[in-house]
Amino acid sequence: MKNMEHLEIVADTKPRLVLTGITKRYPSVVANEDISLSVKPGEIHAVLGENGAGKSTLMKIIYGITKPDAGTILWNGQYETITTPSQARRLGIGMVFQHFSLFETLTVWENIALALDERVAPAKLAAQITEVSQKYGLPIDPYRLVHSMSVGERQRVEIVRCLLQEPKLLIMDEPTSVLTPQAVLVLFETLRRLASEGCSILYISHKLDEIRALCDSATVLRGGRVSGTAIPKNETNESLARMMIGGELAVCTLVPREPKEVRLELQGLTLPTSDPFGTTLKDISLSVRSGEILGIAGVSGNGQKELMAALSGERLCASGPMIMLMDHPVGDLNPAKRRELGLTFVPEERLGRGAVPPMSLAFNALLTGARKGMVHKGMIYPTAMRGFAKSVIQRFKVKCGDEQSAASSLSGGNLQKYIVGRETMLEPKMMIVGQPTWGVDVGAAQLIRQALIDLRDQGVALLVISEELDELFIISDRLAVLAEGRLSPSVRPADTSIGQIGTWMSGKFNEPAHAADAVTPLREIA
Amino acid sequence: MFVLERRASPSRAMAITSPILAAAGMIITGFFLFTALGKDPVEVFYLFFIKPLSSAYDIGELLLKTTPLLLCGLGLAMGFRANIWNIGAEGQLTMGAIAGGGVALWFGDSDSSWAMPLMLIAGILGGMAWAAIPAYLRTRFNTNEILVTLMLVYISQLVLSWLVHGAWRDPEGQNYPQSRGFGDAETMSVLVDGTRVTWGIVYALGLALISWVVSQKTITGFRMQVAGLAPAAAAYAGFSEKRNIWIALMVCGATAGLAGICEVAGPIGRLQQQISPGYGFAAIIVAWIGRLHPIGVIFGALLMSLLYLGGESAQMGMGLPSAITGLFQGLLLFYLLAADLFITFRLKRVRPVERIEPTPAVRLEKAA
Repeated sequence: MKNMEHLEIVADTKPRLVLTGITKRYPSVVANEDISLSVKPGEIHAVLGENGAGKSTLMKIIYGITKPDAGTILWNGQYETITTPSQARRLGIGMVFQHFSLFETLTVWENIALALDERVAPAKLAAQITEVSQKYGLPIDPYRLVHSMSVGERQRVEIVRCLLQEPKLLIMDEPTSVLTPQAVLVLFETLRRLASEGCSILYISHKLDEIRALCDSATVLRGGRVSGTAIPKNETNESLARMMIGGELAVCTLVPREPKEVRLELQGLTLPTSDPFGTTLKDISLSVRSGEILGIAGVSGNGQKELMAALSGERLCASGPMIMLMDHPVGDLNPAKRRELGLTFVPEERLGRGAVPPMSLAFNALLTGARKGMVHKGMIYPTAMRGFAKSVIQRFKVKCGDEQSAASSLSGGNLQKYIVGRETMLEPKMMIVGQPTWGVDVGAAQLIRQALIDLRDQGVALLVISEELDELFIISDRLAVLAEGRLSPSVRPADTSIGQIGTWMSGKFNEPAHAADAVTPLREIA
Repeated sequence: MFVLERRASPSRAMAITSPILAAAGMIITGFFLFTALGKDPVEVFYLFFIKPLSSAYDIGELLLKTTPLLLCGLGLAMGFRANIWNIGAEGQLTMGAIAGGGVALWFGDSDSSWAMPLMLIAGILGGMAWAAIPAYLRTRFNTNEILVTLMLVYISQLVLSWLVHGAWRDPEGQNYPQSRGFGDAETMSVLVDGTRVTWGIVYALGLALISWVVSQKTITGFRMQVAGLAPAAAAYAGFSEKRNIWIALMVCGATAGLAGICEVAGPIGRLQQQISPGYGFAAIIVAWIGRLHPIGVIFGALLMSLLYLGGESAQMGMGLPSAITGLFQGLLLFYLLAADLFITFRLKRVRPVERIEPTPAVRLEKAA
């Protein structure tokens, strides 16, 4: 019934925002070309597209951060040239960014006061914050310090900050990547409530289930252009994916196999953080065997970064049984020494950590591949280096000029293929992968996942840390959850549910399974 | 209207053009400055840039001044490439001069053929020892090397002053704060008769070549470059940061120390209170003008040497103040930093946004 009323609002009224012919060119890429889009009051409109399809650029144009080269913006029937975010806010446009802009050492109300265009007395503002956050089901304490809050709670601060200005249009940029499945449902309730009050919402995502569950209409972008519009409820994931990627989704399959000897073992790894706002790792135990993939789920900021650094050797700890690699205690060995034992490592940051941006792909092969005959008595052997780079490019279908192209000239997906390829061709015994498909297009993501599965089938032990639950359910032999620096027990994907993993993601490892199942997974709602 | 826009990738052409633009900017500004001061700019420029190159002796002087600039510049460039900000080459140069000069004084007037090699080695070790202090403090206590190397410059100069006023003062020197003159075997031989240029320039050019090989062809050079371009990638690959810090500071200590002993055992011929007109500091500009590339540093050192000589020649010929050298050095660095912006950015003209009339009834209407 409620839904019906909602649709009526959508059908009746004049559009709130009409974009026509929006074009934005950058030196190396056309980010937006002739994009048109229209949103009505109370409509939840999805902007769907792969990474690099131009979604973020388009939103930045609406919010006045980026200036378009061509095109018009019609706001409530009036032409507007939006040149600054504060102008956008005055018009009634609010935006919640994927990456938050909060000061960790300040409280919630202080952060919000900083972003307001007018001055409000602190006590009054705090009362407003409490009121708005209660009303929309996003309770937050205005006097809490931001650094003590989880990522999900910080997102609430950002949303409440927008809501205080009573926006007529709210832009949400990939809001669910930082949330547990349960928190996603809460967020959706909030957004539906807002929409029912007449606020328009532009919802940016590449997650098809979410869009089908939430949005009234969708504009699909591909390569900077509109590739189609749709009513998501009437579509299937497959039909939306076709519009988004222009082809069929390939499928990965994991053939069950018996894992062999233990390659990596952690016993009660406890590591205080060196960053005052980091996460302390608490009593983490796990083991990874030859020929299996252990997936570690969880929202970023729960110790993922710290665990990766402890495993790779970028952060050293005491020697001993806390970290055992190939039966060697390696806690006090640096990354180079751990690599000699057969460890390779794909970090979540590609540019600047996994690769040196201005250097050629050939030199980036040398970064970790020196022992593959590229160096002899301290001198670099360019032929070996280039040969290795070439074979990575060929085997992993990396789209680039040649092995002399700078790493920074590659797209995110292609650079990730190169790094995964490099670490694969170093013939590891144990490979650790952080966020394998972050910011990677669907085609490349598929190729990367298959490469990881192939490695497993060749008997390599893999540990994959990822925020994408769907991905982990596909590629993992076992799954565990990292929350607040603690690691849950591991389970086989077949023996668990998205609901249970979601409960674990909020740190409740002891919750009985049936209670967890009470939460209906998103895909089943859709 | 124009805006700055980030280039898709840094421009290589601009990286090479930028020092040339900076030199042009320096000359043009100088032109206006001298006109405003009522001096004939053409004559100043003749004195500044042509006269110092007009005879074999003058070219010898140019190379003589190039030597310490090149040596210090090479060492500094190696550190800067690895993000290690040693700005105290002047102090390492002074310590090299003290250590090497001490050996020379110990030999006295002996004509032992051991004297010169030992002096050079002592000079190198003196510079290295002085650079080891910031290296140790940085790797042990994470102390900022910029501050430590800079402060050590003043300490080294006071040590030299204390020595030439005290223990090492020439008893027959009428109380001038200077040591005895070095003997013949303790003075570097002249490379070309009729000039004052010594073998030092040959060492410096040889080291430029070695430095080029190390930075471009060896894994050590690669590691240091990665540390400079992407510190997180260096940590990820397991390159030791401490090792890079030690290498960078030891190399610069060695080259600056060599520069110091080459000065006192060459044109100066003794230890005295003032042994360098700020070569170690000017070498910072040399390293940047040379794009931190060993071959580029050679050209940077030649240009900076010309500025020193031109400044002297303009002082003598036209009675311009001695600040003129510093002024030109400053202008050069200023324009270089400004021009370097255009390596990663470019100017783009902003056109007014094209207005396209909206076609009402966007596809959504159909969908609804």
